[in-house]
Amino acid sequence: MITLSNIQVTFETGSQSVTAVRDVSLHVDAGDVYGIVGYSGAGKSTLVRVINLLQRPTAGTVEVNGRDLLALQPKELRSARKKIGMIFQHFNLMNSRTIYDNVDYPLKSSKLSKTERDRKVKQLLELVGLSDKLNAYPSQLSGGQKQRVAIARALANDPEILLCDEATSALDPKTTLSILELLKKLNQTLGLTIVIITHEMQVVKEICNKVAVMEAGRIVEQGDIVSIFSRPQNTLTRDFINTATHIDQTLEKLTLHPSLVHLKDNDMLCKISYIGDSTSEPVISELTARYRVKTNILFANVEILQQTPIGNLIVVLSGSPGDLEEALLYLQAAQVDVETIDSRLLEDRKVGEPV
Amino acid sequence: MSEFFTKYFPNIWNLREDILISTYETIYMVVVTSSFSVLFGILLGVVLVATDRGGILENKLVYSVLEKIINLFRSIPFIILIAVVVPLTRLITGTSIGMNAAIVPLVIGIVPFYARQIQNALVEVDPGIVEAAQSMGSGPIEIIFRVYLKEGLTGIIRASSVTIINLIGLTTMAGAIGSGGLGSLAINKGYNRFQSDITLVATILILILVFVCQFIGDYFTKKSTH
Ligand SMILES: Nc1ncnc2c1ncn2[C@@H]1O[C@H](COP(=O)(O)OP(=O)(O)OP(=O)(O)O)[C@@H](O)[C@H]1O
Ligand SMILES: [Mg+2]
Repeated sequence: MITLSNIQVTFETGSQSVTAVRDVSLHVDAGDVYGIVGYSGAGKSTLVRVINLLQRPTAGTVEVNGRDLLALQPKELRSARKKIGMIFQHFNLMNSRTIYDNVDYPLKSSKLSKTERDRKVKQLLELVGLSDKLNAYPSQLSGGQKQRVAIARALANDPEILLCDEATSALDPKTTLSILELLKKLNQTLGLTIVIITHEMQVVKEICNKVAVMEAGRIVEQGDIVSIFSRPQNTLTRDFINTATHIDQTLEKLTLHPSLVHLKDNDMLCKISYIGDSTSEPVISELTARYRVKTNILFANVEILQQTPIGNLIVVLSGSPGDLEEALLYLQAAQVDVETIDSRLLEDRKVGEPV
Repeated sequence: MSEFFTKYFPNIWNLREDILISTYETIYMVVVTSSFSVLFGILLGVVLVATDRGGILENKLVYSVLEKIINLFRSIPFIILIAVVVPLTRLITGTSIGMNAAIVPLVIGIVPFYARQIQNALVEVDPGIVEAAQSMGSGPIEIIFRVYLKEGLTGIIRASSVTIINLIGLTTMAGAIGSGGLGSLAINKGYNRFQSDITLVATILILILVFVCQFIGDYFTKKSTH
């Protein structure tokens, strides 16, 4: 559906130049909900704006729906853009128009008759659940409602693709979820291909089936969401995931209050992760029964991504060195990832801290 | 009524026809000049915004040339501008005195000011909205008419009301070349002939015109804000 190849975007601002996107290649299939995550300034917005050529790349090719967008004449490009909807962080509704007229805006240049347009606008507002706000102005709506109008407007010309640049970043968590639900519904019912830019892994987790992680203009890791979440290769990706699964926050708490852990000699503080089927295996009880290793669970989190459960636990394993070693081998064989957390970090703090 | 006037404001009663004609002349100059200025001013303002850096038709050359010309004309004092453009005035109107002749320097004097005001008003239109329109496949002309001029309407109305009030000031100066109007009246019949009641009444009438413009401007500003 969308193929970006070796995209490079360099801005010339006076004497200096900033390269916002470096050699990025990306492929989005029809029906994908593709997430692009990265911290502020990573070049996400620039990259997504390349897809509809709001930003022309300095180098590289852009292919959407089998067409080379860079080769199109201005008029052809404009009609191609009608098939690529876009929504924004700050909604960008026209304040001087009513909700109805905002949604009608992109239809005015279409071939539809007045009555057809009227039907279409009402149908779109119905779809996003705002049929009662036809004559309101944007200033009279909440953020979530504004984004719904923006979605209706973006869908007016029946696009195959919807680009979302931080579409939920200005919304509270509950409203974010409702907008994500709506997007998910559009993806499932209309077969809409969605590209989502965000700095929150939470959003990706909620609806994406594929994800790319961006840092300093490059994509450092990309793939389907289950493998990225279960086996992140890049440190940045791990950072994002740990934040989304609250592992980082938990570890931070443990560092601040090491007394909670009560580590003794031979005790191991570990992060245990597993995917899919291993979940059902009673791994923990097995450790005690077979290897005489006691497991103290400090934190547990199970995510269901694309119908695949992914578990993350922080545990303290206690037992004799020999037993521990065998237990670790067993876990490895059961396809459970074990990452030992440097417990000295915690003990160092223990010395200085009043208990 | 007429007794009251003849007693306290003798000149006003004698010149009551002149006063009416002068008021009409001022209004005529303001209305005709405004009509031309709205056309040229909005056109230039739109061109400035569109060709500016990051604009929808970015063009460094057009922008900088236009900007320099506008700045040049804005720095010429109006009273001198009137004299400078006399040849052009003659060419267009066939004369250099009277209210029709005054319209040429008035338009030239007010358009650069108005164009700047319009530019400032249109710059206020959220670039995000322009970007949204582009993402929906709108071309430059569509964006100018359906986004800039519509979203910027409140600013345009405000700019217009400020400009018209300025223009009323300029018409009085055009009195210097015999344009007629309340400015001429105040100078020729009031000041020069020591009939201070005429000067006073001209001033009051100009103030009334200004207040009326302000009122109308505020009304439409409010009406266009959502
Ligand atoms: N028009 C521009 N001119 C110059 N530099 C730009 C321009 N647009 C973006 N940049 C630069 O490109 C880099 C990437 O910006 P971009 O907006 O793509 O980041 P982002 O990942 O979307 O960040 P955020 O999460 O804050 O929106 C930044 O360093 C930014 O300063
Ligand atoms: Mg951004």
